[in-house]
Amino acid sequence: MFKRLSFVISAIAVLGMVLTACGPKAEAYTCTDPIGCVKIGPTDPIHIAYLLVVAGPNTALGTDSRNGVEIAIADGGGKILGHDVKFDGEDGGCSADGGQAAGTKLAADPTIIAVIGTSCSSEARAAEPLLSAAGFVTMSSSNTAPDLTDPTNPNHYAGYFRTAHNDKIQGAVAADFAYNFLGIRKAATIHDGSLYADKLQGVFADNFTQLGGTITLQTSVTIGQTDMSSVLASIATGSPELIYFPIFLPEGAFLIQQAKTTPGLENVKLMGADGLYSPDVMNTAGAAVEGFMVSSPLVQGAAYDAFVVKYQAKFGSLPINIFHAHAYDGYNIIKAAIEKVAVQQADGTLYIPRQALRDAVAATKDFQGLTGVLACNVDGDCANPTIGAYEYHEGVYPPTLIWPTEYIK
Amino acid sequence: MLRTWRQRLTITDIFIWVIGLTIAGVAILGTISTLQQGQYSARVWLDLSIKGLALGGVYALIAMGYTMVYGILKMINFAHSEVFMSGPFTTVFVAQGLAKSGFLDRQPVIGLAIILLVSAGVSTLIAILLERIAYRPLRNAPRLVPLITAIGASFFLLYVFRGLYGSGSFGYPAIHALQQSWTFAGIQIYKAQVAVIVGAVVMMLILFGMVQWTKIGKAMRAVSEDKEVAELMGINVDRIIVFTFGVGGASAGAAGVLYILLFPVVNFYMGFFPGIKAFTAAVLGGIGNVPGAFLGAIILGLLESVGPNLFLTGLGVPSPSQLKDAIAFIVLVLILIFRPTGILGERISRGKA
Repeated sequence: MFKRLSFVISAIAVLGMVLTACGPKAEAYTCTDPIGCVKIGPTDPIHIAYLLVVAGPNTALGTDSRNGVEIAIADGGGKILGHDVKFDGEDGGCSADGGQAAGTKLAADPTIIAVIGTSCSSEARAAEPLLSAAGFVTMSSSNTAPDLTDPTNPNHYAGYFRTAHNDKIQGAVAADFAYNFLGIRKAATIHDGSLYADKLQGVFADNFTQLGGTITLQTSVTIGQTDMSSVLASIATGSPELIYFPIFLPEGAFLIQQAKTTPGLENVKLMGADGLYSPDVMNTAGAAVEGFMVSSPLVQGAAYDAFVVKYQAKFGSLPINIFHAHAYDGYNIIKAAIEKVAVQQADGTLYIPRQALRDAVAATKDFQGLTGVLACNVDGDCANPTIGAYEYHEGVYPPTLIWPTEYIK
Repeated sequence: MLRTWRQRLTITDIFIWVIGLTIAGVAILGTISTLQQGQYSARVWLDLSIKGLALGGVYALIAMGYTMVYGILKMINFAHSEVFMSGPFTTVFVAQGLAKSGFLDRQPVIGLAIILLVSAGVSTLIAILLERIAYRPLRNAPRLVPLITAIGASFFLLYVFRGLYGSGSFGYPAIHALQQSWTFAGIQIYKAQVAVIVGAVVMMLILFGMVQWTKIGKAMRAVSEDKEVAELMGINVDRIIVFTFGVGGASAGAAGVLYILLFPVVNFYMGFFPGIKAFTAAVLGGIGNVPGAFLGAIILGLLESVGPNLFLTGLGVPSPSQLKDAIAFIVLVLILIFRPTGILGERISRGKA
């Protein structure tokens, strides 16, 4: 009985194979892309993932970028070339090990075409080798470390792009602001060992020295440190007029609170960078935040104002961080590139060649984005940044723009 | 005499002594060369010492929980760092409410007392629940079982609080009355630092007095000496253990309030480092020993605050402040090499009930 049944099943199976082979042949697409193609069935979605910090003390940074992408997807009707967009992802925790874990998960999913991320440069250093090897296009809205787009650096990987500014620019602008606008001649810097902070303080120090200033001390704190008294005591020995610490929360808030109570630093000016542009700085540093300055990208214009209105309608608050517009532009650059390179079949099947997509992103020119007119290069920089300096006041968010003066409304 | 001593000496002993003496030598060399460079004025050292004393006071109060529980149950309560976190993390919302209504500025003393009570209350509640739910059913299990449970309970509490209040950081409102400072001979002393040091000392005295001179303190010491005999003498051991957890929790909650006077930012993982440091302090002073924990904590606080600049600047180490945790733990290793029972000696029950 059993033998007979299995014979019938095999017979049907063989018949089926023969019939399929004889059926009308579809115009098959042969993938010639060196790193492969993604096949998207007629009803399958286009999968874009994110690798952002959406939990922990720096949540605002990644959530804000994700919000920007969600608005961009909604603006495109939720579709690319008639396919729905599937947007999900992983938390990278703004740390190298978080980036490693999230990168491993994402790299294992072959349906992903592009990744929006990472939030922090340390995450990128760990995740990028994995994402690049998986053939994805990565578009970061907030990585700023110069290494990532420096082709001679081991931290540079193919397929990596960013709409955030390169810190070569931010560090130089911060030094210019401190030396020429504030009139500072002696400064000290602190980093936290992260790729972003270390490089940024280095660029600042180089530019500040070139302008004619003196760097009294370049030192560091550890992530998770709460008691800053010993590091501040060593800084006080050089009696700088400004301490530049482009780090994150909560260490930044502890430095803000403890600096003024250190003997010799009562009148020192404090300055951070875009990592400390967050409502949580105001919430955690309390009264000590008064007068604290940060450098951060400056985005203005009618298109941006319209975006802010949409953001407020969708998420119920003003943008909670600074890289929402960069994420919005990043998604749209990827979308435009997909529309350019995707091969559509008559039945609605879509093929996206991965290397061609990377080339198309790199060839982006005259892209009208919220953050300006953008052009990408093969190394990965797409930004056209204007950097401003902002000053915090107790209980007020966002901080006030104080420089460059011609942009103050 | 010399001969027996020589017979007992093993290679391991010599090796350990060499390590210990090398570390001590490096520290002394570093200190001398730092002081010779004269980069820091006496004012800086005094300022750092005051900050270190304040930090030590906070560690001391957290260490109470570890040391008393260890004294009675011979178990390291790894969830104690979360007991410490629960108080100030919950109270931040009370404090923000008090600050918004202006009450904290009008009545800073009553306001602080409310904050202290709420924080200590929450931590006590968590500590007692912890004992009831996680530890009591395992009282007679092998020693490793409650230890692993403690680690599990620690993670459980960590993520419960993350779920309750979110993963962000919250800032405590400024207590303006404590932000002023006095100046003595050119040294600025902040009222908050004084409040922390005085608060820690007063609470330590209360705890010490309670353990030494009250009836329940005597019962605690009896249980820690020998549980079975204590039970035969009519002491309700369960009640004493609950009371010990409660006292440990209350002092952790109070430590939380002192901690936020120094570092007014709270988040769900704020307990981890202070917890480890306090445990180190308890071991340093001799675990199970209340004055020992206090002494260990003060030494640890001072070392952390003064140590990096004093030992390492002279040796030309860049950013010595990054190594402050290393210094704290190296000192622990040194103490354990030269005096394995801690500075004041262990006081723990003989054998586990």
